[in-house]
Amino acid sequence: MLRHFLRDPSAVAGATILLIFVLGALLAPVIAPQNPYDLEALSLADSLKPPIWMEGGESPFLLGTDEQGRDILSTILYGCRTSLTVAFGVVLVAGTFGMLMGLLAGFYGGFIDAIVMRSADVFYSFSTTLMAILVLGLLKQKGVLVLILAISLTDWVRYARTLRGAVLAVKEEDYISAARAVGASGVRVIFRHVLPNAIPPLLVVAAVDFGVVIMLEATLSFLGVGLPVTQPSLGMMISIGRKYVYAGKWWLIVFPGIALTSIVVGVNLVADWLREEINPRIRRRLGR
Amino acid sequence: MGAYIVRRIAQGLVVLLLVSFICFVIFQYMGDPAWALAGRYATPEQLEMVRKKLGLDKPFYIQYLIFLRNALHGNFGMSFVSRLPAMQLILERLPATFELALMAMLIAVTFGVGLGVLVSVAPNSPASRLIMAGSLLGISIPTFLTGILLIMVFAVDLRWFPPFGRGEVVRIFGNWRSGLLTWDGLKHLILPAITLSTYQLAVLLRLTRAGMMEVLGEEYIKTAWAKGLPQRAVLFKHALRNALIPVVTMIGLQFGELIAFSIVTETVFQWPGMGNLLLSAIFESDQPVIVSYITFVSLVILFLNLLVDILYVFINPKIRYV
Repeated sequence: MLRHFLRDPSAVAGATILLIFVLGALLAPVIAPQNPYDLEALSLADSLKPPIWMEGGESPFLLGTDEQGRDILSTILYGCRTSLTVAFGVVLVAGTFGMLMGLLAGFYGGFIDAIVMRSADVFYSFSTTLMAILVLGLLKQKGVLVLILAISLTDWVRYARTLRGAVLAVKEEDYISAARAVGASGVRVIFRHVLPNAIPPLLVVAAVDFGVVIMLEATLSFLGVGLPVTQPSLGMMISIGRKYVYAGKWWLIVFPGIALTSIVVGVNLVADWLREEINPRIRRRLGR
Repeated sequence: MGAYIVRRIAQGLVVLLLVSFICFVIFQYMGDPAWALAGRYATPEQLEMVRKKLGLDKPFYIQYLIFLRNALHGNFGMSFVSRLPAMQLILERLPATFELALMAMLIAVTFGVGLGVLVSVAPNSPASRLIMAGSLLGISIPTFLTGILLIMVFAVDLRWFPPFGRGEVVRIFGNWRSGLLTWDGLKHLILPAITLSTYQLAVLLRLTRAGMMEVLGEEYIKTAWAKGLPQRAVLFKHALRNALIPVVTMIGLQFGELIAFSIVTETVFQWPGMGNLLLSAIFESDQPVIVSYITFVSLVILFLNLLVDILYVFINPKIRYV
């Protein structure tokens, strides 16, 4: 699998982009020139400085500053921290819950299946974005945890649907009947025999979801229903920059925008590779 | 088929009932409606009077039944902010959102499916690679960013299109004001419609390509080539029809997403639609407007999903609903 990975230049590119941003986010307190949310470090005298290579640019503000004198590069690094935290959180929470629901529905079928899948259909047709906007808008409470829960409220459906399908396919295999025949309990069959074999498609869903959640966090924070203003967020940076579009202060939008899009492109490149790796039918056709 | 439709409508009604209950809870328990109606400086006696008038002194289930009855009559109360019937406010904004969503959908389906077919014919050509790279960018760039970048380039820098608003509208029937019939209205529509369509376009393109690649390897396509059918007939008549099934599913599943992203697009372009109204209602805690929005959007989503399921039968005769 690793050999396949290294032979696919776009997968390697995606993983590299992702690695850079993850490292940048993890090391933000060490490498960022400034802590943009430490009020003592900010000075309004530094506000709206252009990037360093333009006239009026000043060290150490490599990519310029925003209206409050926050260094753009530092805020991006801290913002990536938030984005990645939220994305990991949602994949963990929604993934776990969705997995359990999918297993239950697929393995037991009947009434449980009907209830789980009908509610999944409804949640899905209302879309994660719409539900998150409404829930967060009504809650009036903000924070990373609230955001993770509000997104997970609908997002589990992706995992549940995928896993249910995989379970239904695996359930009929001979080795499952064999496990049951030797007297393995329902729970044991699910976790020891069904789950491991249904996991590959779930990985693809998780990878795609990771990128979707990063975009969603930015969107919600941009709309003003996501994170509080005291939390660094790429979406909020762009929302601040929007006020200066006519003033020509492009760096307030372009740099956080590039960061945001690059992370998601990285995630999607890895997800695409994963999907092809797991679905041999497509791989053969592409001649790999 | 008939029985299937009846069952789906019944399911839809159950969902609507659930939605109405959630709306009711929002309405009664998130912010005091009596306080909001009577005003900030009301005396306790005035508050009590309003409570009685709204039926807030009655037991929970009676209150819910009253809410349901009012809802069935389209009565969701007055907006706390503008003091106008909330549902009327939503419906006034409907044409703007509808025209935006329709245009975006048109762009997304035409270019998504069209380019998807094109790419599947010659997957390794430079043009195909370029289109696929573009589609990767399309699914990776958030809608609000697309909108702002388009404004920066085409409205602020080049001044080709106006940066916000809906432009000149004309009344076509009843209260339906359309921006599609004036040059100014169309010019205002282009940037928001492209913004709203980008993500969907990229998703549909990738889905069409995957479907076509899979179908083009099938035996019956080889037969179609072998008997000397022209390329257009093989691609569009034989292959696309089968490749379209997952695409139609996706279009159906994306209506909710389309409505959600219309909120984002309308905010970026200050487009006077329902989404824009919802967002200001959220910030002003205008519960009646929020509840009206949720109810209306639920109705639309359920209806469109049913429509897509029925449409299936026409694309894929193998499907029989029982």
